[in-house]
Amino acid sequence: MRQFISLLFIAAALSGVSGVSSVMATASDGIASSSAGPAMPVTVPDTMAERVKPCTVCHGQADRVGRDAYYPRIAGKPEGYLFNQLRDFRDGRRYYRPMTLLLANVSDEYLREMAAYFSALRQPYPPPEQVISSPTEIRQAQKLIQQGDATRDIPACIECHGKQLMGTAPFIPGLLGLPRIYIAAQFGAWKNGGVMRGQESNCMSDIARQLTIKETNAVAAWLAAQPVPENAEPADVLSPEMVQRCGSIVQRSADR
Amino acid sequence: MKIAVVATAVAVLAGIGLSPEIAGATSPKKQAKVERNATPLSSVLLQQRQARGAYLARAGNCIGCHTAQGGRAYAGGRKLSTPFGTFVTSNITPDKATGIGDWNEDDFWKALHEGKSRDGRLLYPAFPYTEYTKITREDSDAIFAHLRALEPVVQQNPPSQVASRYDFQPLLTLWRAAYFKPGVYQADPTKSTEWNRGAYLVQGLGHCSACHAERNPLGGMIGRKGDDKLGGGQIMGSNWYAPSLTSSLEASTAGWPVEEIVQLLTTGISPRATTSGPMAEVVSQSLQHLTKEDARAVAIYLKSLPETQSHQQVNPPAQAEQLQAWLRYGARIYKEHCQDCHGDSGQGAPGIYPPLAGNRSVTLTPPTNVIRSVLNGGYPPSTSGNPRPYGMPPFAQVLRDGEVALVLSYIRNAWGNRASLVTTAQVDKSREGITER
Ligand code: HEC
Ligand code: HEC
Ligand code: HEC
Ligand code: HEC
Ligand code: HEC
Repeated sequence: MRQFISLLFIAAALSGVSGVSSVMATASDGIASSSAGPAMPVTVPDTMAERVKPCTVCHGQADRVGRDAYYPRIAGKPEGYLFNQLRDFRDGRRYYRPMTLLLANVSDEYLREMAAYFSALRQPYPPPEQVISSPTEIRQAQKLIQQGDATRDIPACIECHGKQLMGTAPFIPGLLGLPRIYIAAQFGAWKNGGVMRGQESNCMSDIARQLTIKETNAVAAWLAAQPVPENAEPADVLSPEMVQRCGSIVQRSADR
Repeated sequence: MKIAVVATAVAVLAGIGLSPEIAGATSPKKQAKVERNATPLSSVLLQQRQARGAYLARAGNCIGCHTAQGGRAYAGGRKLSTPFGTFVTSNITPDKATGIGDWNEDDFWKALHEGKSRDGRLLYPAFPYTEYTKITREDSDAIFAHLRALEPVVQQNPPSQVASRYDFQPLLTLWRAAYFKPGVYQADPTKSTEWNRGAYLVQGLGHCSACHAERNPLGGMIGRKGDDKLGGGQIMGSNWYAPSLTSSLEASTAGWPVEEIVQLLTTGISPRATTSGPMAEVVSQSLQHLTKEDARAVAIYLKSLPETQSHQQVNPPAQAEQLQAWLRYGARIYKEHCQDCHGDSGQGAPGIYPPLAGNRSVTLTPPTNVIRSVLNGGYPPSTSGNPRPYGMPPFAQVLRDGEVALVLSYIRNAWGNRASLVTTAQVDKSREGITER
């Protein structure tokens, strides 16, 4: 009975919501009544650039710090990778609420088109960051990147991200031209039980979880300090062993 | 109640079917059904029935509620939050342990028609059986045939978070006595077949009133006129207002050409209106799949609905000096952030960027939806009729609450629009709501 009454109570309180009362008394006359004749419809270019305007308010020419988050650049990243991220945001597997809401009713086909558009977009990379790292940190970073750590079953970053670290088409993104804080934040997201970047574990989150904070900071700093090579392109073949490791990412995309 | 549940459990354990007395099901066709079940349908007939069922399930948007975000289709687990608690949808794939693999046509009919689970438990009306009760037995059987043909998914969903079942069941009994009348749709012989088909889809399978009804404190719908419970209301537990489909100040389509109504429902966009939020989902998951004939029938029915007074009052602001200054500031924000798409006089690009002048969604008395539009932006749904829609950027990260209030107050009172001002507090409240779907 108690619950019954409290239910009624809650419900009654809620029903007050729809009867929004207005602050203002009734008006006498209009404020900006249209005077001119009917206006011509806005002309809208039939292009992808126009269709992705909602994206470019955040993802501009360069990475930048927004009011609520860090907005990474997306231009030039591998198409399959971008598509996977977009689908993950839409379906709640990668967490950033504004993008989830924005993409709620967008079909897979259209997401693919958006991914292709941004992937083909060529924008200049930012200059390397000025970061101060100790020689030990540099050595640690270079070792992980070039050789990995067999004792912990961590392959070298270049095995997947390409010799030039510009990624491997179509699913693995490049690691150069990314700001240090973005890289560090991604590692943080993978390590924190994948709340931000997917609950399911995959080849990348498995590695991230093994690295210490010191190591990820060293790697992020080293990567951000490298210039992006001229005419850099992603590698195009992933070794069968790495394909195997990254099955969930490579396969999931092939399903559709 | 407990006795019935115990009895059911005993019956199930003993491997005997439920007797109609215990279950309270007294379908006169019961006997015939049993016989029909006994003779298997020819495979062609069965396939036809499954295909019909698949279509009807689309029209009822079963998949929308019974699929979790990014989850397996029909395996349930989607959470619906309401003031009564968080309801979790059931797995309705034919898995025996976690789905409805053990159900027969009669069990299924009882769920849709009477809102009772196989074990006799009264189902929560978050499952819109108050509308589905209008579905015919034939259509129910077809939907069941479709669900039976799905691949079983083993998925145990968490229970709904509500007052414990035994406390809630008596409340449901009361609620049902007051607000639920089981009964298949009865055709109105004075109306055309097409109109009746539309009424059947809107009142029954389409369950439009699940969102578009005005609700009283108990979650019961208030029908103003007969069965047309479409007077508009705040969707329970969400920050969306589903406008009245019977008021010309809100979303009545009485004055529209039928083609435009069809266009809105099946493509998500039309020269005068654009769907967003929950309505965009209904369009993309359900309405876009309607046949031309059914979409037209729905449109004819909607167009015929008699005008009812909007229960929302229109209280346009008075013309004080201070107010003029505010609105000028709103106009500046508009010019900087909105005009490129929506035009210098709110004319937009119909079918692409919605006009804001004369747009009833903009002037709806509760500003809930427009606040959401501006804070979150969004794309109208991708549909086969409009596969690559243009979108609206989110402004939550760009404009402050006060600026959103100003620009909205402006567009609600410019170009001949007339509506109440939007306050900073209202915008702030909506920001909280963004954490929900
Ligand atoms: C409100 C700002 C905002 C808007 C609008 C926005 N994004 Fe994002 N986007 C972000 C943020 C912040 C992240 C990084 C989230 C994180 O760290 O996980 C991101 C991440 C991404 C990523 C993953 C990048 C990577 O390297 O992993 C892609 C792809 C992306 N956005 C594409 C889009 C597209 C396409 C649109 C338009 C449909 C869009 N975004 C609109 C803020 C935004
Ligand atoms: C076994 C293959 C593999 C190895 C080895 C690997 N990665 Fe990755 N990495 C991936 C994949 C796959 C993704 C894309 C993840 C996704 O789709 O969500 C990724 C994504 C990333 C990203 C996100 C980039 C962005 O734009 O958001 C960073 C940063 C990253 N890896 C850093 C590293 C570093 C540093 C190392 C070495 C310590 C490393 N990775 C080793 C497979 C690998
Ligand atoms: C608005 C959301 C919504 C829609 C649409 C919806 N359902 Fe449900 N359904 C639910 C919820 C919530 C429950 C769980 C109710 C409960 O546990 O009391 C449920 C329960 C059921 C059950 C009972 C399962 C059981 O184990 O007792 C069946 C059968 C069912 N739905 C079938 C359907 C069919 C068929 C359709 C389409 C015609 C449909 N539903 C559309 C929300 C929905
Ligand atoms: C899940 C809740 C939900 C259901 C079910 C639903 N609607 Fe809606 N509907 C909304 C909301 C919220 C809006 C306001 C947002 C908008 O304008 O798109 C809306 C708006 C509309 C509009 C006005 C669109 C505009 O912008 O002027 C029409 C017409 C409409 N609905 C018709 C229907 C019909 C017909 C059905 C049943 C087949 C239906 N709705 C089912 C939630 C719902
Ligand atoms: C890039 C183009 C673009 C810009 C800039 C833009 N809009 Fe929009 N707007 C749209 C589109 C597209 C829709 C339809 C979105 C949907 O259906 O979810 C829309 C929808 C709306 C709606 C809801 C209309 C309806 O019928 O439901 C309102 C209100 C609105 N915009 C106001 C604004 C305001 C205020 C601004 C500036 C702060 C703005 N818009 C900036 C493209 C834009």
